[in-house]
Amino acid sequence: MAKRIDVSGLSAYYGNHLAIEDISMTVEPRSVTAFIGPSGCGKSTFLRTLNRMHEVTPGGRVEGKVMLDEENLYGAGVDPVAVRRTVGMVFQRPNPFPTMSIYDNVAAGLRLNGTAKRKKDLDTIVERSLVGANLWNEVKDRLNKPGAGLSGGQQQRLCIARAIAVEPDVLLMDEPCSALDPISTLAIEDLIGELKERFTIVIVTHNMQQAARVSDRTAFFNLAGVGQPGRLIELDETQRIFSNPSAQATEDYISGRFG
Amino acid sequence: MSAVVQDQPRSDLRPPLAHRRLPRWAPAAVAVAAVAVACGIGAGAGLSSHLQWGLIALILFVVGTYALTSLVEGRRQAKDRVATSLVWACFILAVVPLYSLIETTVAKGVKVLDGNFLTHSMGGVITTGPGGGVYHAIIGTLEQVGLASLMAVPIGLFTAIYLVEYGRGRLAKAVTFFVDVMTGIPSIVAGLFILAFWIIILGFGYSGFAGSLALAILMMPVVVRSTEEMLKLVPNELREASLALGVPKWRTILKVVLPTSVGGILTGVMLAVARIAGETAPVLLLVFGNQLINNNPFSGAQSSLPYYVYEQYANGNDASYDRAWAAALVLIAFVMILNLLARGLARWKAPKTSGR
Repeated sequence: MAKRIDVSGLSAYYGNHLAIEDISMTVEPRSVTAFIGPSGCGKSTFLRTLNRMHEVTPGGRVEGKVMLDEENLYGAGVDPVAVRRTVGMVFQRPNPFPTMSIYDNVAAGLRLNGTAKRKKDLDTIVERSLVGANLWNEVKDRLNKPGAGLSGGQQQRLCIARAIAVEPDVLLMDEPCSALDPISTLAIEDLIGELKERFTIVIVTHNMQQAARVSDRTAFFNLAGVGQPGRLIELDETQRIFSNPSAQATEDYISGRFG
Repeated sequence: MSAVVQDQPRSDLRPPLAHRRLPRWAPAAVAVAAVAVACGIGAGAGLSSHLQWGLIALILFVVGTYALTSLVEGRRQAKDRVATSLVWACFILAVVPLYSLIETTVAKGVKVLDGNFLTHSMGGVITTGPGGGVYHAIIGTLEQVGLASLMAVPIGLFTAIYLVEYGRGRLAKAVTFFVDVMTGIPSIVAGLFILAFWIIILGFGYSGFAGSLALAILMMPVVVRSTEEMLKLVPNELREASLALGVPKWRTILKVVLPTSVGGILTGVMLAVARIAGETAPVLLLVFGNQLINNNPFSGAQSSLPYYVYEQYANGNDASYDRAWAAALVLIAFVMILNLLARGLARWKAPKTSGR
């Protein structure tokens, strides 16, 4: 069910502050697209516009079009809640619901959406999601224990399981490994490789090796200066971005000559 | 000049890392010595008030700690210890009145506090003689406080949710302002307002419900404030996690935000209940007071525990004083039990982090 994302002329504001300006790009289905760029260049903001989470921030507003296959996410009458069920998200810091068990965390999306399921179906979905997130073997004996009792890396995989349990078409990941140690990072990177068979994945990362390892295509964002809006500099095959980028700024950034 | 400094080996510039330390029992020893010396001074100078003895002991304790520590350990450690001992001194100063209050109430209250006292009203009891009880006042307090909570808690909860989750701009600012104003309303003013509005203009009679209307006015801002603070403590990441799963905002609030903060909200509600359980003025104006049992809060005069204490004290005889103290003890116990219940509930409902 993976879908293609087609962004055209997208700008995002915080109040009157223009955070990202005039971004157009295509994200291919069943692939991993990585966003890299310096802090404050609007990678995360842009990511959040892809499932209408940007407008949750007070003062957040968006201009432009985001086509998910044939549908414009910012079209008239589009329900942001429905959009978020189609485009899931994993955050920088693991954020399992502290009042819920491991099982309930994974089932949260289905339960809270009021999508009534029978216990047996729910069990199947929870197991499939945890297997999908490579966490099943570690937690299958303690599904009723609190989700917050897991280690950081396990919590992040729990959050991924929670996100894929609602069967989204697209999975957005906002620096999913930046709070994790190298071993947990490796586990999540392997997982991303598996998940791209089923989902369209967009990942924001500050780690360029990670972008090179996991992504098929890479987008480089930059900003002209402090207070200036972020822009998309280029989007290309990851190999080309890291070996022979077309923009000088990209080459400076990935070779560490930036700033 | 600088060359000279550079030539010196580093170890000469720095004091050694280890230095002389006071033994761990030193603060306790200083405290004991301070109390002993204060007793000596107090007795020797013939100071009659034991409060003065205590103050002298506190001053001696702080000064003695500073002197001893600066002699043995040095100036910085002395300041550190003085700060610690000041904190302890303030803690004791704060606890002494509380302890004294509870001790006095218990000592004077247990005299007539028994099963008979808890299960009988003042019906047919001559106020100058012993006997009678607080049953009618307990019923009154439970019903009035219960009704007030039924009105104030939902309104306060929804107001707080509005302020934290939805409120933007001028309306939210206005609501916050008026909640702050309401926090400062004296209970007698709330009572007079309900008296004018409910009893004089609308023509209803005295009743427990009239009293609970005034109590609800007093309770609401406390509930709003405490709930607001608790909701603000819920990390935004949890709201975003839920929204990003495609959960509507109202369900996010109901299923994620409220369960995460329910412990703190309950504690706040119980504190608000404790605050209104001790109110006398509105009861005096609106519930009128009653010697007999009236189980119906919507019709006729009732009593309540604080009102009962006031009434018995006003009678001005020993038997009534005993009843007043016993009723005060019942009121304190009621509030304490509520607080313990709230703590238990808060602990039971609190987010669990341990995997074991």
